[in-house]
Order: sequence, then structure tokens, then C-alpha cells
Amino acid sequence: MAINKDSNGYTFAFAITLVVVVGTILALLATGLKGRQDRNEEVKKQLDILSAMMDVDKKGSEIDRSNAEEKFKKFVDLDKAIVLNNKGEVLEGVYDVKGNVVEGKAFDVDIRKEFKDKKRKAEHRNYPLFLGEDEKGKTLYVMPVIGNGLWGPIWGNICLGADMNTIKGASFGHKGETPGLGAEITQKFFINGWVGEKLTDEGGVFTPFKVVKDNSGATTESKVDGITGGTITSKGVEEMANRCLEVYATYFNNLKTK
Amino acid sequence: MSEALENKKAPREPLFSKKNKKLVTEPLTDNNPVTIQVLGICSALAITVQVEQGVVMGGAVLFVLVLGNLIISLLRNLIPSRIRIIVQLVVVAALVIIVNEVLKAFLPDVSEKLSVFVGLIITNCIIMGRFEAFAMANKPWPSILDGFGNGLGYAGLLILVAVFRELFGSGSLYGYKLLGSNIPGEEWGLYTMGYVNNNMMILPPMALIIVGIIIWVQRSRNKSLIEEH
Repeated sequence: MAINKDSNGYTFAFAITLVVVVGTILALLATGLKGRQDRNEEVKKQLDILSAMMDVDKKGSEIDRSNAEEKFKKFVDLDKAIVLNNKGEVLEGVYDVKGNVVEGKAFDVDIRKEFKDKKRKAEHRNYPLFLGEDEKGKTLYVMPVIGNGLWGPIWGNICLGADMNTIKGASFGHKGETPGLGAEITQKFFINGWVGEKLTDEGGVFTPFKVVKDNSGATTESKVDGITGGTITSKGVEEMANRCLEVYATYFNNLKTK
Repeated sequence: MSEALENKKAPREPLFSKKNKKLVTEPLTDNNPVTIQVLGICSALAITVQVEQGVVMGGAVLFVLVLGNLIISLLRNLIPSRIRIIVQLVVVAALVIIVNEVLKAFLPDVSEKLSVFVGLIITNCIIMGRFEAFAMANKPWPSILDGFGNGLGYAGLLILVAVFRELFGSGSLYGYKLLGSNIPGEEWGLYTMGYVNNNMMILPPMALIIVGIIIWVQRSRNKSLIEEH
């Protein structure tokens, strides 16, 4: 072969060509597919909110990606959705990165992005609250939550009943928790532990949740059973729920005492 | 290492010659990537709690391994040896990202299932191991077969370990409750008689112990696999 493959020039040329080719392919692919991916994300968000409100796997009325949009319109009233600040006060719009209130919609708030955005101060995070109803027409409140698991962000939607206090359902998601261990937070058995828990005590004071290991979660108030082998993720859910739900609890308490 | 393998390869042979068939069948038994080559142990520990995950991960690795082996094998005469590991890494990473992006756009549900494995696939030493030991020194077709065989061998072992761990750790197989249900209030099956799941099975050390037992069984059945010191 005429070219010396061990020369510095060849090595550099090969590396540069490889990086340019791979980079171009990936960039083209990412831009080309962005529209479809964003669309999927939006539907997923609707599906997540819906699965906190009702049993999406119920036989006969399953909700999946194909009909999420239609069901979302039916059960969630986006005109009634509001955005809170971290003191539980209603915002007239949404906070931007610098903490100015600008126009915006609750559904467009990306809590995952805001949570990891280092430029945004913690007190400038937005707390959207969605209002919807179940099949019988009873009001439901859905509160998105966001936090850190073991390997990356975890998030969820927690749904309160018409009494603004009892948890009716929840859905959790994660970016990269260990399958079979931490990733089990998305499963029914873990979510069922949250159903029926109360946000506040009788005096309207927020009662922090505790994720426990001793199997006492099913019977004790504001305790939830954790996941074996998924301790750090379970603790992450606990921290996430307590930090985010306290904001909503303050809002509901003000609403009730007014 | 790569030169030694190059000598073994005979020129011009039929597509499914004995040698080529061996490339597929050997990794399934006597040259299993996990139990004999001891590659990919880390991911075998992480994702063998449930059979379903073993299947998904096995399938993903199989796909990346076949395609990656093919690409590396096509490029093998062009890759400068000083940066070959980085080139291999770029190929794996690019493949995995491409697959994930396409899935995200067209099959979002599958992509969600797979997303957690992406990191595990890129760092899976079987893939790098086969690139370096086989694809760098062999023609495209044997490389594809080698990737296929090793991918299957890996997937098979993952599933075997996962069967034990899921059955004894969670009392189910592929998500189906075989032994009954232990949800408080709606127990049925074995659990009503006082059967309890073995929580040890869910923890990572148990995967090592099970892989160890499999290695033990395999080597005691085939003494030629035992290394001499």
C-alpha cells in the first residue's frame, strides 16, 4: 500500500474524516426526526397526566398513545390549569430563567428542563397545576413533580381528589434508573403505595412522606413502602414528593382557609 | 491477539462452511462470551432481575454487535492501529444513538423501554471485545456470523440467569405471576401457604453467584474448558 497507515498524517486524516462523517449523520438524523420526537414527547406528557388521574390499562377503555390526545381533551381542562411559584401563590404567567413573569401556559412548562437548568434559581421554578375530572365528573388536581434518582432525573404526576388532600393516583417516570430495581417506581405496586395517602393533616399542615423499608407503608399514614434494591431511587422519590408537594399543599391550604 | 486469529481464517470458503457455522454455535456453548470469555459481566449483573429486560438487552446487543462487526470489518484495513479503540468506540456509540433516535421518532414505546440500556450497550465489553478480537482481523461475512453468535450467546445467558432471578426473587416469569400473588389482601397461589420470595435474588450479588454456578456446571461437564495453571 502506498499510504503509510502509521503516519501521523494518516491517523489525523482518518480521525477527522470519521468524526465529520459520524457527526454529519447524527446531526442530520437528529434534525430530521426532531419534529416527530417532539410530537411524541407531548403525547407522552398527556399520557402521563392521564395515567395519574385514572387507570389507563382498564379493560375496554385503555388509553395509549393513539388516543391519549382525544382523552386528554375530554378529561383535562387546560384553560383552568394554573402555574404556582414556590410559595404556593398563583402566577399571572410563568417565570422565565431570570425570574421575570412572562406569558406562558401551564402545559408548556418543562419542569425537567427547569430543574436541571443551573442558571435558573430554585425559587424561580414554575409549579404547574392541572385541573381535570374523572369519568364521574369529580374534580381532580394533577401536580407534576421532579427530582433526582440514582443515575438521573426522575419525575411524576401526583393526582389529588376533590378534597384537595387525598392522593387518588400517581405516575412516575425516570431517565435511567436500573431496570428491575430503581426503575420499578413506574410499576403499579409502588404507585399503589401512594394512593390514599393524605397531603396534610387535619390542621392543614403538610405532612412529609417517608419511604420505608420495614413493610409498614401499607398500614401507616404518610409512609410508603420502598423498593428492595432501589433504595436511592426510592429516597429520591421521597425527596421529590416532599419538596414539590409542599408547594401545592400551601396553595390548597390557602384556598381552603380563604 | 488479532494476528493470531487472522492465521486461523482460511480463504475462499462456502457461506455456511463448517468453520463459519462454528462461529455461530461456539459462543452458544463452549465459547460463551459471558461464562468462558468472562465479558459483559457488569451488564449481566445489572439487568437480569426480570426476563423481559434480559430479552430487550440481549436483542439490542445482538443488533449492535452484528452491525458493528460488519462496519469494523469493512473498515479494518483503513483503521490506523494507534487509534483503533477510539474508532471502535465511535462506531458503537454512533450505532446506538442512531438506533435510539430512530426508535424515539417511530416507536416511542420501545425507545422508552430501551433508553436505560443505551449506556449499558455502549460500555458492554463484549462489543468492544468482538470488534478488537474478531472484526479487526476478519472479512465481513464471518464477522457478521461472529457478532450473531456472540450476541445470541450473551442473550441466552442473560435470559437463563434472569429466569432464576425472576422466578425465585419475584415469583414470576416474563411478568406473569406463576407462583401466585403476594399483594396484601389479594394473595393466591403458593403465598397463601406461607411461601416467601427470596429477596436476595433481586440484589446484584445473586447474579454473580448464579453465573458462577453456571460456569461451574459448564466446566465440570466439559473438562477441556478448565484452564491449567
